[in-house]
Amino acid sequence: MSDVSFVRTEMLPEQAPPASEVGIVGWIRHNLFSGWFNSILTVLSLYAIWYVLSGVLPWTFQSVWNANSLNECREIMIATWGSTHGHACWAVINDRWLQLLFGFYPSHLYWRPILALILLLVALAPVLYSDRVPTKMLIVTALYPFLMPFLMWGGTIWGPIAAALGFVVGWGVYTIVSKQLSGLFGIVLGIAASIIWWLVLSSYFVGALDSILPIGIEAVQSRQFGGFMLAILLGVVAIGVSLPIGIVLALGRQSDLLIVKYLCVGFIEFIRGVPLITLLFVASLLLNLFLPPGTNFDIILRVMIMMTLFSAAYMAEVIRGGLAALPRGQYEGADSLGLNYWQAQRLIIMPQALKISIPGIVSTFIGIFKDTTLVSIIGLFDVIGLASAIRADTAWNGIYWELFAFIAALFFVVCFSMSRYSMYLERKLQTGHR
Amino acid sequence: MKKSVILGAATIAGLAAGAAAAGTVDDVKARGKLNCGVSSGLAGFSLPDANGDWQGFDVAVCRAVAAAVLGDSNAVEFVPTTGKTRFTALASGEIDMLARNTTWTFSRDVDLKFEFAGVNYYDGQGFMVPKALGVSSAKELDGATVCIQTGTTTELNLADFFRANNISYEPVPIETNAEAQQQYLAGACDVYTTDASGLAATRATFENPGDHVLLPEIISKEPLGPLVRHGDNEWGDIVRWTLNALVSAEELGVTSANIDELSAGTDNPEVNRLLGTEGTLGEMLGLNADWAANAIKAGGNYGEVFAKNIGEETPIGLARGLNAQWTDGGLLYSPPFR
Repeated sequence: MSDVSFVRTEMLPEQAPPASEVGIVGWIRHNLFSGWFNSILTVLSLYAIWYVLSGVLPWTFQSVWNANSLNECREIMIATWGSTHGHACWAVINDRWLQLLFGFYPSHLYWRPILALILLLVALAPVLYSDRVPTKMLIVTALYPFLMPFLMWGGTIWGPIAAALGFVVGWGVYTIVSKQLSGLFGIVLGIAASIIWWLVLSSYFVGALDSILPIGIEAVQSRQFGGFMLAILLGVVAIGVSLPIGIVLALGRQSDLLIVKYLCVGFIEFIRGVPLITLLFVASLLLNLFLPPGTNFDIILRVMIMMTLFSAAYMAEVIRGGLAALPRGQYEGADSLGLNYWQAQRLIIMPQALKISIPGIVSTFIGIFKDTTLVSIIGLFDVIGLASAIRADTAWNGIYWELFAFIAALFFVVCFSMSRYSMYLERKLQTGHR
Repeated sequence: MKKSVILGAATIAGLAAGAAAAGTVDDVKARGKLNCGVSSGLAGFSLPDANGDWQGFDVAVCRAVAAAVLGDSNAVEFVPTTGKTRFTALASGEIDMLARNTTWTFSRDVDLKFEFAGVNYYDGQGFMVPKALGVSSAKELDGATVCIQTGTTTELNLADFFRANNISYEPVPIETNAEAQQQYLAGACDVYTTDASGLAATRATFENPGDHVLLPEIISKEPLGPLVRHGDNEWGDIVRWTLNALVSAEELGVTSANIDELSAGTDNPEVNRLLGTEGTLGEMLGLNADWAANAIKAGGNYGEVFAKNIGEETPIGLARGLNAQWTDGGLLYSPPFR
């Protein structure tokens, strides 16, 4: 026995971890150079990033902002850097950015589309952030569909009021008839009354009131709409209207009523089976040939309808996917609670189905928003159409990248915002099933 | 059954469209605006400027017609059309006339049921090559790679030309003029071929236009002109004679500078008839006596319109060539105003 103790009785003081394992160095070692293979990949990736940035950054920032033509840009580049290669000529954006944003909208009326955009955000707030914004703001949302066309197109104020009254008329007829007779009659007659009001009576109403009390703002022709404003206008309408139509179509497709079901299936399959460009050509060309001559069926309205129908068909299938993902028990649970069809859809089925479908819905939104650029093919001046019109100006002929980079940036901002919002919404509605 | 319904609807629509076409000039006067189809962007011929005002050689024709009919060269609603939508827009009545660098061909005139009102620009297909290639004639292009827009008459003309001269080429198909410029400058093809006016406009935008030459051969006829629908001869006459008025004005020495002076009356009876101080030409067309004077005031005579938009002083830099007056060895020959 010896009294030399081999067992340490007191704790060693804590040591700082080796410098190579913590902090930035440690993070780099673990994440970037954890083995020879990863090290090679890291080096290659860094080289690729450097290569791209070394081209893009000087091009973007060593650039000309003030010039009146591409040739002037080139002269400035030669004078400053000795070469025209690798320098952007943002002067074209500086010169034409208002046109790229607003098209040919009269410049003294720019406040109207801007106000419409601000009101759009106000109207969307109670829908998008229902937990943070007072519910009373929904009044703005309800009024917006009538306010927006009035701001954009101008003209007499009685037009949008007459359009809104159509809903009042329909609702009035529905409540009276459904009390006297049956609910189904009420719905049918209410819808019929609204349609009659819109198609026949409202024009007399507008004409009469306009002659008595001509209140209005300066009218703007559809031909003057253009630029990114047109993309937002088409996108917002297509997105806003296609969601409810898509829900109805998705429910219709699952319906037990044979006629409703096959009407919905036929519509969805037909629209999805046809390219959007074809529909746009129908809107711009074929309708003209079939409508009675002299009919002034607004080209932007035609395009809006086609884009809405197109995205509604896709939306219906996305939502059907959400419905299909719900277990059978949810439907049975709703039945056992004694809820009728619409109550069950509203309280139990749709909230869950829509939550499941959020990524798909937002993808469809983003897709249709980007598809609005296709209208340049039928001669509408959206941003892409304007870019080629600007190139037709001898001052800017031969300029490509700067215009497309600007357009890409505009679209990226909007699409990225939609994408981030959908992720926020998914997190918010997450109820912990995983 | 279904087919017959569709056909019936098409027939009715066709009849209705024909009926509407009968009174275009009245429609235009009632509307107070001329709906004129133009290209959505072609350098020198039609383009919206920074303020959204339309400029260009084809646009000037629209303005002249509007001035002749309505007395106001700004009473035009310009409807941008693409190569695909232009003919339907005209046939359906969406536009009253089309002035969109459209080649007058047999099938468009006869089969598509349009009426060409004349020729405002005689174009033809040409070739552009880099000077470094050392080629001075298109016949030396054996084995060259050629950038060519697909689905156009230029593609067919090119094949004809090379076959006729028994030389070979390799086509590089491209979609738009913008793409063609990039491909050609990047060296993807030795030769770029399209209408000579387009080549000149394209070359003008290059960094070093002097490094590229246009070859002397013009291998096709491309008479470009305004057109209207078949079946409304009154309207066709108005467009035709407005164009002729611009051409005659140049021949007779009537310019936007001296027109006010000449409108007071001159010793030349043809000038007087043209400007409406003598005779009843305007009345015969159903227009005011000063219709032609208004049309000329809109942008000047043919020569002035040419010089302002595509002439040698502009970046496009086109010489008059075939588009000179017949007295100067060109093809412009307006029938007399009598």
